[in-house]
Amino acid sequence: MERVPILRIGQTLFVSIQVDLQDQSVMQLQEDIADNLAATGAKGVVIDITAVEVVDSFIGRMLAMVGSISRLFGADTVLVGMRPAVAITLIELGLSLDGVRTALDAEKGLRLLNGHA
Amino acid sequence: MDELPIETSDDVVRVRQRVREKAAGSGLSLVDQTKLVTAASELARNALVHGGGGTARVELVQSGVGRTGIRIAFSDKGPGIADLDLALTDGWTTGNGLGLGLSGARRLVDEFELVSKPGAGTSVVVTKWLR
Repeated sequence: MERVPILRIGQTLFVSIQVDLQDQSVMQLQEDIADNLAATGAKGVVIDITAVEVVDSFIGRMLAMVGSISRLFGADTVLVGMRPAVAITLIELGLSLDGVRTALDAEKGLRLLNGHA
Repeated sequence: MDELPIETSDDVVRVRQRVREKAAGSGLSLVDQTKLVTAASELARNALVHGGGGTARVELVQSGVGRTGIRIAFSDKGPGIADLDLALTDGWTTGNGLGLGLSGARRLVDEFELVSKPGAGTSVVVTKWLR
């Protein structure tokens, strides 16, 4: 099973999904982010999906849940790097990810978290 | 024509990858490739989770008027679906998902054919045509 690394940079957790994840890996990532938030007290999570070619309802649900979970730990989540084809497909699939903040790239995502957007 | 088993979560990933290869090679636009792979991912997961496993057959097809498309046929030997209309309703789910798999997959393809009977498994055939 693939495991996605979670990097801590200051008060922010940085997660970049680089491989096509099977469902158990997706659930593992959700748990790992929650554990990391609890352990570090990080104030923000940046999830980079630049390399992700497909976001189906399973990954979409995980992304929405990470947004909700991070709020319980007093942290904000920003999703960055979504491909245009993925965005179009997500909306047609019926997932709008209303509760998740997004930014074009990691740099803009970090600025959003730090309140300089 | 490729027939792939769907017995594990890794098989769902392999179905996505095979559909992506086939779709890219056929000349489907990037957005249509992404829609088809996403639909395939939903349907392969359904075959695994609700159908207890099954197969996916991926093929290049020609329509009567000469259009090229990609067709994927999923079949499982699971319990089948008792109420098809209900199963195709947004937000309806038997598990803890979002209930968008079947209804969402239908929106992402050009043709969608679902055949299911309680006790006789489920078959879903989807097609995406080149524009």
